[in-house]
Amino acid sequence: MASLWQYANPKKFMQTTSVLLPVVAVLAALTLGTGLIWGFFFTPDDYKQGATVKIIYIHVPAALMAINAWLMMLVTSLVWFVRRHHVSALAARAAAPIGMVMTLIALFTGALWGQPMWGTYWAWDPRLTSFLILLLFYLGYIALWEAIESPDTAADLTSVLCMVGSVFALLSRYAVNFWNQGLHQGASLSMDAEENVADVFYIPLLICIAGFGLLFVALVLARTRTEIRARRLQALIARERMA
Amino acid sequence: MIALFARDMVLAMRAGGGFGLGLAFFLIVTVLVPFGVGPESGVLSVIAPGILWVGALLSCLLSLDRIFALDFEDGSLDLLATAPIPLEGVVAMKAAAHWVTTGLPLVLAAPVLGLLLNLQGAGYGWLVLSLALGTPALSVIGSFGAALTVGLKRGGLLLSLLVLPLYVPTLIFGAETVKRGAAGLAAGTPALMLAGITLASVALLPFAAAAAIRVNLR
Repeated sequence: MASLWQYANPKKFMQTTSVLLPVVAVLAALTLGTGLIWGFFFTPDDYKQGATVKIIYIHVPAALMAINAWLMMLVTSLVWFVRRHHVSALAARAAAPIGMVMTLIALFTGALWGQPMWGTYWAWDPRLTSFLILLLFYLGYIALWEAIESPDTAADLTSVLCMVGSVFALLSRYAVNFWNQGLHQGASLSMDAEENVADVFYIPLLICIAGFGLLFVALVLARTRTEIRARRLQALIARERMA
Repeated sequence: MIALFARDMVLAMRAGGGFGLGLAFFLIVTVLVPFGVGPESGVLSVIAPGILWVGALLSCLLSLDRIFALDFEDGSLDLLATAPIPLEGVVAMKAAAHWVTTGLPLVLAAPVLGLLLNLQGAGYGWLVLSLALGTPALSVIGSFGAALTVGLKRGGLLLSLLVLPLYVPTLIFGAETVKRGAAGLAAGTPALMLAGITLASVALLPFAAAAAIRVNLR
């Protein structure tokens, strides 16, 4: 009987992803290419924001993936903590730097857009601030992985940190809301809104989001495969020494 | 557990720097700020709540690595882990001892330092209250960070990197309480939020910290 957990077997994971990875990577390149080219060259300028509106095609998907990457790390950390599947812990480790880069992209593109639009690169707005805090969480998480030598100890401690960190990250998100009123506009995308963004911008934006999602999956798969190979290499070296 | 608490207190006092060091650091931070931003009392009284809270937070951070490191090195943490009392209780007691040796002196000294920074009259009560409510959370969150990094040789810097983001909500609500109190506004809401964070941290984080210690002792 097929079950999700069979992919916890590193061998099975490597077999499946060796087929899956190129497919996802090509799909990511296609959707991202389509979305970005459509967004950058074939949408009109906004009547107020001019051409700067087009940064939305990078900013929004990157911000979305920055949060989703942490969410994925939380799930894989829980799986590691409960079922102790090594692939899960390695996937969490693989996702962290990607999430951090997505956070940085969101912060930088936001700053570039903010300078002409808000007149400032940075404001202590709740959304901006909580993203900066998210970046700090990513840094701490990655640093803890790097600092511990024993892989299982590192996986255990980082998964505990991820779980506790998730609670505090969420808490910070609402605490900063309390602390300062915002400059940032409301959610660009929500399920219950009648119209989020005008349709000319909306469709390429959705394609870009799909592209960033696929890109994220492809990068996580590639990095997890690398981690698994690195782990195997270490095992081989250790065996060589023993002999 | 009471014996453990008493032991930690005695160790902190006899080893020197338990009470004194954090407090002296708090004083120095507060004294340095006017040199940095200038002596205008108007400016100082605006930033006083934030400075006092950040100072308290940093001096709390300073002594975190001592919570478990010494016991880890000489092996008494192994003994405590195999002792009949639960490890969660050990963590809670150690955090409590840390709070009494660093948090409590900060609470008591804060009004004097508030005077140096020209804190507005209505703020003193809120300052003491918010620190009294908030510093236990700092100790407990810190003991979680210390538990994560106890097995590391040079864990100090990493400890700050891990713990400081976790301090954000406490800092926000703590400083907000004092700010509103000093401005004569109703400060009850942030104070209650602060109390909530402290209670939740005290209730839950010892479990996470004990789990981390078990991993590190493996």
